[in-house]
Amino acid sequence: MITLDINGRAREVDADPATPLLYVLRDQLAMNGARFGCGLGQCGACTVLIDGEAAFSCLTPVSVLAGRKVRTLEGLGTAESPGAVQRAFIEEQAAQCGYCIPGMILRAQALLERNPSPSDAEIREHMSPNLCRCGTHVRILRAVRRAAGAMKDGR
Amino acid sequence: MARRAWRRRAASAAVAGALAAVAACASGPSAVPEGVPRPASFDAPRVAQGARLASLGNCASCHTAPAGRTYAGGRALQTPFGTIYGTNITPDRETGIGQWSQADFARAMREGVDRDGRNLYPVFPYDHFTILTDADIGALYAYLMTREPVRAATPPNALRFPYNLRPLIGVWKSRYLRTGPFRADPSQSAQWNRGAYLVRGLAHCGACHTPRNGLGAEQKDHDFAGGEAEGWHAPALNAESPSPVPWTAHALAAYLREGLAESHAMTAGPMTDVVHNLAGAPAEDVRAIATYVASLDTRPRAERERAQASALAAAGRAKAPDAAGDAGHAVYAGACAECHDLGRGVDGGALPLEFATGLTIPTPGNLIRIIRDGIVPGEGERGRWMPAYAGALSDAQLADLVAYLRSLTDRPAWSDVRAAVREVAKGGE
Repeated sequence: MITLDINGRAREVDADPATPLLYVLRDQLAMNGARFGCGLGQCGACTVLIDGEAAFSCLTPVSVLAGRKVRTLEGLGTAESPGAVQRAFIEEQAAQCGYCIPGMILRAQALLERNPSPSDAEIREHMSPNLCRCGTHVRILRAVRRAAGAMKDGR
Repeated sequence: MARRAWRRRAASAAVAGALAAVAACASGPSAVPEGVPRPASFDAPRVAQGARLASLGNCASCHTAPAGRTYAGGRALQTPFGTIYGTNITPDRETGIGQWSQADFARAMREGVDRDGRNLYPVFPYDHFTILTDADIGALYAYLMTREPVRAATPPNALRFPYNLRPLIGVWKSRYLRTGPFRADPSQSAQWNRGAYLVRGLAHCGACHTPRNGLGAEQKDHDFAGGEAEGWHAPALNAESPSPVPWTAHALAAYLREGLAESHAMTAGPMTDVVHNLAGAPAEDVRAIATYVASLDTRPRAERERAQASALAAAGRAKAPDAAGDAGHAVYAGACAECHDLGRGVDGGALPLEFATGLTIPTPGNLIRIIRDGIVPGEGERGRWMPAYAGALSDAQLADLVAYLRSLTDRPAWSDVRAAVREVAKGGE
């Protein structure tokens, strides 16, 4: 058994140490926020936060997570009470098919926690590992800017 | 001296003249400084030859800012003496080389002096370009002068005192700059000589692969013994080559062309740009470069064969570790083995790391960067891929992994890997 700290809760999972975190989240813990996109760390749909840094959960074996804090989409808010970044994405309607959005939200969260007032260039640079095939980038960038403002206002 | 002053006056007169002409009749023919041909006057084959040479010289790499217009300059180059910006070499009159005659251009290439007579910093590798033939300099000039002019002022350099004093470059030159044409070695093949001319001249390989002294000059008694580029170690190309499987001309040609050769790691760091630009170079020139570079490893054939045999024997060490319970091996087994244990022959497989030069070079920085930041092609570009493990691995896990990978080689452990990880992490933020 391996103990994981996910969204502040200790979760015991029975998995091979080399199992990617993404599979444990989706298949064992029924936390389906993180998506399987490429499985190769090339698209970012599986992005989660590990100790506050954005990471590809499809590449992260659970063996490296002892004593580290994982945060997923489920930890940011709920459908009834979305977090600041989630709300900004909804307000900007920054999704078309939506498959990439959980990863986008988590990556944006990592940026805004470290840098509450990023420039446009910093947002673009930081978000660049995450891909969107629908071409919603302009709205995603707007949502990140809106979230930055909202988080500063304490909303 | 008087001559230089005259040149400067002539230059400012030309600028004033050009400005006045543009202001006076915006639609009329603008004044072109004497000695500067019009773009249409360059014949197409010469321009095309210049394009191929610019690919070999990797000119775009330093003379293009990230996401900037090609050759419009503005790229910040970090040196031990401060930051120097790549200049605008498009033919823009005010901010580029639009007023440069071919003689001005040749003087900059061979002697490191700009049109106004100022010394150029040797980060511009004129100590290599000095051997270029008139024909090659003419073709490069024709190519650059027919690019679209881009108005982009180069930011001022930020160099520490006393390196910000340009006249001191004259002292540097008197000690380290040896001008003069390339001298072929008649005992070698034409291909080898072509390679030597390119490697020592236009391709300026030694600018990164030769160690530099405290004043930034290449140490000629340590030619190609391994140097540094933008925080990356540029491995030795001579008999001290750290490549587990010794390079052959054949493997080098593939590597320079495709960024990948059998039993060698793919390109990473600044070398990625070099390979990207070499795509525009003639295949026979790339083969010539490979032939010459392979000849730099002067170890006797028997010794190279021994090295190769020992590298092949080491393959699989990571897969079956002696040190079960090693923290670094645990990270390897979880994060790396899925691809790197497979080998390249299989879909999704990657190089067994016992073949990777990143493990055998004197410093751990390259390996740390590659694991942390991955190897990711530029935006919109094709290229090889290695995912980034920043975030997935903690600094301590990354350090354990790097120390473990080093232990697979027959080299001494790197000292203070953790500090090196912290250093790279700091630069990445």
